[in-house]
Parts: sequence; C-alpha cells; structure tokens
Amino acid sequence: MPSSNPSITLYRLQACPFCERVVRTLDDLGLDYRSRFVEPMHSDRNVVKRLTGKRTVPAIVDENTGVTMSESAAIVEYIQSTYGDGAQAGGDD
Amino acid sequence: MDLGFDVVDLGSTDHVEAGDTVPEFTRPLVTDEYWEDVALSELLEEGPVVLVFHPMAGSFPATYVWKELPGREWGDCQVVGCSIATPYAHKRLIEERDLGGEYRLYSDPGNGVAEQFGIAHDLDGMEGVAEPRPAAFVVDTDRTIEYAWVAGEWPAFPDYDELEAAARDV
Repeated sequence: MPSSNPSITLYRLQACPFCERVVRTLDDLGLDYRSRFVEPMHSDRNVVKRLTGKRTVPAIVDENTGVTMSESAAIVEYIQSTYGDGAQAGGDD
Repeated sequence: MDLGFDVVDLGSTDHVEAGDTVPEFTRPLVTDEYWEDVALSELLEEGPVVLVFHPMAGSFPATYVWKELPGREWGDCQVVGCSIATPYAHKRLIEERDLGGEYRLYSDPGNGVAEQFGIAHDLDGMEGVAEPRPAAFVVDTDRTIEYAWVAGEWPAFPDYDELEAAARDV
C-alpha cells in the first residue's frame, strides 16, 4: 500500500518476471513506489505508450528526477545508480 | 402480495448508516487504463464520493446499475463502484459500458469491504462466494455518510433519483 505519495510510479503486469525484477530492486533499496497494473494485451496499454512511447512494461516514472523509462535492465541500472550505494543524486525522502 | 416471482428476503443486517463515519479501506481502483491501490480517504481528499456496491461484473444487475448511473448529474461527487469482480473483469465492464475517464470501480474479491460496511452476504448456490448486498452511500469529505441505502431483498436496485438528489445535496 502506498504510504503517502511516492515519487516513483511503476507500470507493471501481474506475474511478469521483468516487472518483478524492478520490484525487487526497489524493495532492496527500501524505496516507496506506486504500482499501476496494466493488461496483458499490448493494445490495451495506451497509458504506457503515452508515457514512454512504447507499450512494454515494466516502465517507471520518477517525479523526483523527471525520468520516464522502460526496459527492466535499464530501469534497474537507473534505480541503483540514482538511489543505491554511492548514488550521486539522492531521493528527498 | 403475489408478484409472480420470488424476491428473496436478505434478512436484517447491522450495516453502517447515515451519520456514521465511513469505514476506511484500500483496494485496487480500476480505471479504463490501469489499476492501483487507492484508499477511500484519498478519494475523499478530491471530493465527496458516491459509493455503489453491486453484484459482480457479468451479472445482469451490474450491467443495469452501470446503464443507469452515467448520464445523471452527480454534482461534485465522484461516482465509484465496488464489487468482488477482479480488476480484469472491471476493466471489461468499463470498456463495455464506455465508462472510461469518469467512472472507476473498486475491486474487492475477498469481500472485506462489504464486511466492514456490514453488508456482506453469501451467495446461495455458489459455495464459498460472498458479495456485498446491493447498497449505495454518499460520503462527504469529512468521511461522514450523508446518505445510505442497503438492500433488504434480492434483487434490488438503488433509488437512483434519491441517490442523485443526495449526491447533489452534499
């Protein structure tokens, strides 16, 4: 349950291993995030397309940094370099 | 009175009433594009809420309710449905009834919200399945229930004119 208004929103598909990989990374770093679940059918994912230009999930929006991105490997790398040990830019909460 | 068909008496229930503070809950709230956990209190921060409990998506009462609710004037209220249907089924309902953008539905397959409101009932002939009995509430931003209707028999539908008037009054 989102506690207040987390800056990170994760667009995800139920049981999608690539999405779970991102979730694991967020959880490992203790980051608060909002989950928005979309449909298995690509054609039903206009909300994701509007954000990232593609209909693939996972996708994240980080209001803290203004970053919007897809592709789990890229997202994991972004989260670790932004919020992990030795990160340059920290989150504000 | 012989109606020619049987209306099932649901019996009495100790449900929340007008004047009570609305129970707080968080469930996946389904839009035409996605679902996410949303607390009722978060909705109430945006404005008053008309909360309509109805049978699961696919049943004829669910279809009837969502034929009737749009096209009315709800004032400042957000009209939100709640049933035990899955988020996937709610999305189908939103598509079929073209509710996108304006109407959202809480998905509560475990029926816990109905239990909090005191309106849970077991479905005869569907072992292990419980639903909310048909019910409608108008909730003000201070969490006070301003209007409450709970079905005493089955099937039953809200008095839509009365509900609309209560919503516009809040």
